[in-house]
Amino acid sequence: MGSRMLDQKGRPVVVVTGIGLVTSLGVGADLCWSRLTAGHSGVKPITRFPTDGLRSTIAGTVDDFDITPTSAYDLSMAMAEAAASEAIVQARIGSVSRFPGPLIVATPPSELEWPHLDRLHDHDPGGDLTGYQRILANARTGLFADLAKHVRFAAIADRLQERFGTQGEPLSICTACASGATAIQIGLESIRRGDADAALCVGTDATVHPEGLIRFSLLSALSTANEDPKKASRPFSKRRDGFVMAEGAGALVLESYDAAKARGAKILAVVRGCGEKADDYHRTRSSPDGAAMIASIRRALADAGVSPEEIDYVNAHGTSTPENDKMEYLSLHAVLGEHLARTPISSCKSMIGHTLIAAGSVEAVLSVLTLNTGVLPPTINYDEPDPDLPLDVVPNTSRTARVSTVLSNSFGFGGQNVCAVFSGEPA
Amino acid sequence: MSNATRRNDVWITGIGLVSSLGANADEHVARLFSGGPAVRPALDESRYAPYPIHPLAPLDFSSQIPKKSDQRQMELWQRIGVHAAGLALSDAGIAGNADLLDRTHLVVAAGSGERDTKVDCEVLDKLGPRDDAALLAKEVLPSALRPTLFLAQLSNMLAGNISIVHNVTGSSRTFMGEEMAGLAAMENAFRRIQAAQADVILVGGALNAEREDLLLGYEIGHNLWRGPFRQVWERRGDGGGFIPGSVGAFIVLESSAHARARCAKAYAKISAIETDRTSREPGETVLHALTQLLSRIWSDIPDGPLLTFSGASGTEPATSEELLFLSRLASLDHETAIRAFGSAVGHGVEAHFPMGIALAALALKHGTALAPTEPSEIERPFSAAIERVLVTGVGHWRGEGLALIEAIQ
Repeated sequence: MGSRMLDQKGRPVVVVTGIGLVTSLGVGADLCWSRLTAGHSGVKPITRFPTDGLRSTIAGTVDDFDITPTSAYDLSMAMAEAAASEAIVQARIGSVSRFPGPLIVATPPSELEWPHLDRLHDHDPGGDLTGYQRILANARTGLFADLAKHVRFAAIADRLQERFGTQGEPLSICTACASGATAIQIGLESIRRGDADAALCVGTDATVHPEGLIRFSLLSALSTANEDPKKASRPFSKRRDGFVMAEGAGALVLESYDAAKARGAKILAVVRGCGEKADDYHRTRSSPDGAAMIASIRRALADAGVSPEEIDYVNAHGTSTPENDKMEYLSLHAVLGEHLARTPISSCKSMIGHTLIAAGSVEAVLSVLTLNTGVLPPTINYDEPDPDLPLDVVPNTSRTARVSTVLSNSFGFGGQNVCAVFSGEPA
Repeated sequence: MSNATRRNDVWITGIGLVSSLGANADEHVARLFSGGPAVRPALDESRYAPYPIHPLAPLDFSSQIPKKSDQRQMELWQRIGVHAAGLALSDAGIAGNADLLDRTHLVVAAGSGERDTKVDCEVLDKLGPRDDAALLAKEVLPSALRPTLFLAQLSNMLAGNISIVHNVTGSSRTFMGEEMAGLAAMENAFRRIQAAQADVILVGGALNAEREDLLLGYEIGHNLWRGPFRQVWERRGDGGGFIPGSVGAFIVLESSAHARARCAKAYAKISAIETDRTSREPGETVLHALTQLLSRIWSDIPDGPLLTFSGASGTEPATSEELLFLSRLASLDHETAIRAFGSAVGHGVEAHFPMGIALAALALKHGTALAPTEPSEIERPFSAAIERVLVTGVGHWRGEGLALIEAIQ
């Protein structure tokens, strides 16, 4: 190979050559993007199970896959497979069933759901056993081996590896709602180290089930604006009252610039850099001074070799909780300063809801589409601005703009903060 | 593809260990590396019969988690992990050093949090005649679930609690995937330091074996050993299975330059970590995978005695296939010995590979192999000076890994 394309720090330049997307707006990046830039909402009343008595009865569910009986594993798997397949086809990389690099999957919680526990409990094992003794006795019969995939964190990555023939040990990662961004960061680092020429980075989450809703409700994290679902997710607006749970998957094919060029691949974007910082303040809240969020943004810019003034657009974490949006504004203001007033920042969660583990992947794909199309997706439901958060949120309708460099933010419970910077193809 | 850039040496500068054998690394050294007879494993064979488990040794969590409010917000697996992480930080001389903690990265191998089995049973009893899972879950759960505790079911909350309690905030990543979580965590930390993407990383994992929901998860896959205790290699003839052990294993990894600059002591260096995931087909796939991994570490195995700490779980056929690999090593023209550390502490799943690497580092520091854990031809006495330890990690279902830990010359 001739001269290598290195960044200003002497590292291999890493690019995106394929993207795939599944959201509550549809299956496929183009379809999602056309609906998203038209300001459509994928949030709707939950019909998959009875919701009587739940405080939140709406979600951005993905109902395009015929999965019976449904489960978080099966739907997460189907969405991840669809998104990864789309990304690989677009990248035209490798051969059928052989992807020339590692797989990194942001994978949702792996646990038995109530219908599974009910099946295990319902069977009569004989004797007088109750509770978990009864369940364990039933498990020993071997009649329930089909449930193992629900309680193996490795299961989703394993099946993706079988399907796409990725190399080496597949990684299953969790940094809560920053997981999708971490998957990209780990892929980026791997290519920079020279451990790989390509990486398949996937995030998927389908945990809209009763217990999932109840858990987040108990944290008072969810919007209860059930009466008008499409208006429920209102990032940065004054009356925002929580996030809307949603399902989705995003996939990106990352490659070294040299490898992509060598095989004549179309380059969609450059992964300029990632930054992360852990917060030690609280399990669900960020430090009131925003120190960790600020540090993660600064580190992303430093890693990317990009000044704050070079950021043309921010794809916000923007969950629509009172806390997140306030802290995200504060942190962006601390880093971008005066430049923030000139920088459009929108939250796609206003339309697709919060895809949790997958959010960083989904929003990275949307950031790439913004770079490719020069269209800024809107923040819908921005009817009443929060006066404390003076931002250009691209209110309610999309806008065209010249965009060279995008910052994508991801923040999660457990003090997780991960930011990524993407640019268009280098000249 | 190998990188042409210079690789940093990766040193182990801190160890925090808790298990059924002891509440810190020193207690493990006393039990395992003091030249005494084979350790008698600590077992509880009745509480979860027919499943034996290795229960956590008595320890005072308050010494590492001083605030009761913090302890209350954690399940046992998290307390075990946070405790072990604190021990490793203290051992490395990082605890309390705000500047260093701010730059220390965190990599955790984790599984799922713990379910409240009492609540589960309450729900399931009411479910019986009504067959309406969603409705009942709604009636019972909102009053029964404590928000702080169900949050603990998020895998990354062990890392989150380590950040909160010990102020480790450089960054935080959690890997999952049962044993593969441990392989991935160790490899990720190792490669980042090697490539100068990080200077100092706290890495490890924890398992609470004393949980019916954990046993259920593995019994569904028929992965557990039932009946009276047997050592790892002795389960092969009867279908195999693993015996879970409560374990917390954290290690501080550091570039040699960073460790030298702050005059940190080092136990040993990690010379290589190689991992893979093969589809476990009939026909010795684990043997082939491990052979392949070894060839990435050494084209020729160097002269000198070779000690292997096997992370074999006891499940079949993986354990028998790994033994084939180890037997070939043993037939080499070297003095070799094998020790399945799972016979002593049980199987730590996500924490098992970190545990093996920590034990290897302790063995190198103290110059002793542990006594053979079972009276068989497999684990032979070993008295040579230890220069290197090969650690194996073979998942009960997926994941194969090797680590080479060597004395620092």
